[in-house]
Amino acid sequence: MNTVEAGQGVLFTDPDPDKARQFFRTKNRKMIRKVMELKDAIEKFVHDGDYLAIGGFGANRTPMAACHEIVRQGRKNMGFAGHTATHDMEVLSAGEVYNRLDVAYVIGLEARGLSACSRKYVESGKVEVTEWTNYSLTARLKAAAMGVPFVPTRNVMGTDTFKESASKIVECPYTGKKVVLMPALYPDVSVIHVHECDVYGNARFKGIAVSDIDLANATKRLIITTERLVNHDEIARDPSSTRIPYFLVDAVCEVPFGAYPGTMPYEYFSDEVHLKEWLAVEKDPDEFKAFLQKNIFGCKDHEGYIAVNGGAKKMRDLRAKELLLSREV
Amino acid sequence: MADFNTMELMISIAARELENGASVGVGTGAPCAAAMLAQKTASPDLVIMFEAGGIRPRLPEMPISVGDSRTFYKASMAGSMGDAMEACSRGFVDYTFLGGAQIDIYGNLNSTVIGDHKKPKVRFPGSGGANDFASFCWKMMVMTPQNTKRFVEKLDFLTTPGWLEGGNSRMESGLPEGTGPYKIITDMAIMDFEPESKRMRVISIHPGHSFENVQENCGFQLLKAGHIEQTAPPTDEELRLLREEIDPYRYVIGR
Repeated sequence: MNTVEAGQGVLFTDPDPDKARQFFRTKNRKMIRKVMELKDAIEKFVHDGDYLAIGGFGANRTPMAACHEIVRQGRKNMGFAGHTATHDMEVLSAGEVYNRLDVAYVIGLEARGLSACSRKYVESGKVEVTEWTNYSLTARLKAAAMGVPFVPTRNVMGTDTFKESASKIVECPYTGKKVVLMPALYPDVSVIHVHECDVYGNARFKGIAVSDIDLANATKRLIITTERLVNHDEIARDPSSTRIPYFLVDAVCEVPFGAYPGTMPYEYFSDEVHLKEWLAVEKDPDEFKAFLQKNIFGCKDHEGYIAVNGGAKKMRDLRAKELLLSREV
Repeated sequence: MADFNTMELMISIAARELENGASVGVGTGAPCAAAMLAQKTASPDLVIMFEAGGIRPRLPEMPISVGDSRTFYKASMAGSMGDAMEACSRGFVDYTFLGGAQIDIYGNLNSTVIGDHKKPKVRFPGSGGANDFASFCWKMMVMTPQNTKRFVEKLDFLTTPGWLEGGNSRMESGLPEGTGPYKIITDMAIMDFEPESKRMRVISIHPGHSFENVQENCGFQLLKAGHIEQTAPPTDEELRLLREEIDPYRYVIGR
């Protein structure tokens, strides 16, 4: 297969499946207890310079507690997969955690507006950027999950998005058509938030999967944050509901409301007032500093963050909103 | 004639393009409002798909994210991004609605940067799923207000493919056969693309506008269809549905 055209962007991770296999060969196959505090999991498994991916989509089933802890612990120089990264990116940008960024969708919070903090950081010149698309990153994770160096797709051809990517256009040996090769993305470490998980890491979640199944398979190390721990018997009773098997998982952290202020399907809706507050305070550096002190650095953990933002009463309101309870009269 | 604003007009026009039984990949905001309006008028069996994995939801209200719980409320499936995007790649999805900071004469879109990519003057979110939808869906449409800042001779960055450089260039690029930009709906007019050159062409003008004033608000020379229609304004029923059922808090139509 001859390369017809190569994107000029930097490839931040190694797509070599044999190197990945060597790593996965060392992972423990035993079903051992992996429950720990989130603080300890981040300390142990998330290192300066690692390439990080965050599960969920935008502010939906996104492990926000873990993003806060990464910032609290002051991680730096990380690579980051901007796979519709919205509020997670906003938090990580506030900590200037990353300096290499694979972009599919960044800076914005969809219909809510743009994050001044994320934008300023990406425009600062401190961040190296390679362009992708949402499906391109899905395909890259899929290739890694398959244990192959790339998968072919048919998007991005003819665009600057391709030129600033690290993908390559080749001629298909079967059809003679042009296809794009998306290089496998093996993140060093990822965090995925789920509804239920047992102490060994067998995890299940409800609602859309986004790219989390491929991400769980592709990542070298995986931290699961879960709304609730459940007994292993419950997992064994209904194994067809398991979305992530234990042997992919390095740490299990029970973090109720761990996606707050984002949405957790069937549990609680996003706190739109608080998310708007984030977007507003970012415009004033002093105000933003005080806001981060109050909401991240001054909080011991996620429980502390929720306590300063309305506590149990707020969570009850967000649950009613998620379940559309006001429509049931 | 009922009183309406340009957002209500654009959404009503867009909704009429979505025939019953078709499938459409949408984002939040105006495209989603158009798809919901189509479902409540001529196209009850319109299949709405969200890139994060929501497939054929019964949207109870406007989603705020293309991945929030509303995007798979009473849906056929809460799937994955691969499920949604690969259905597009296999040719299952007829339409998509996109937007951008800049659009050119061939319907190419920029949502990445203003200025140089390495040292941008302004950084935007990037492609998201826009490039994917525009590459894969049969007919890509754009809904956008029109002015010379947005409708430009040359894009700062080509994020999302339209007809690329016109003529056969899109086909030759390797993108799936038979796909491409279909219609551009602005606050002043509807455009399609002249079949040979693939240049943007005005086919219908909204009430209160003229070709001259559409051209004045465009940074490149527009073609003119042989016969230019007068766009039908929103009906009372379309306006009622938009204001009372689809967007009662005016998140989109109040913009």
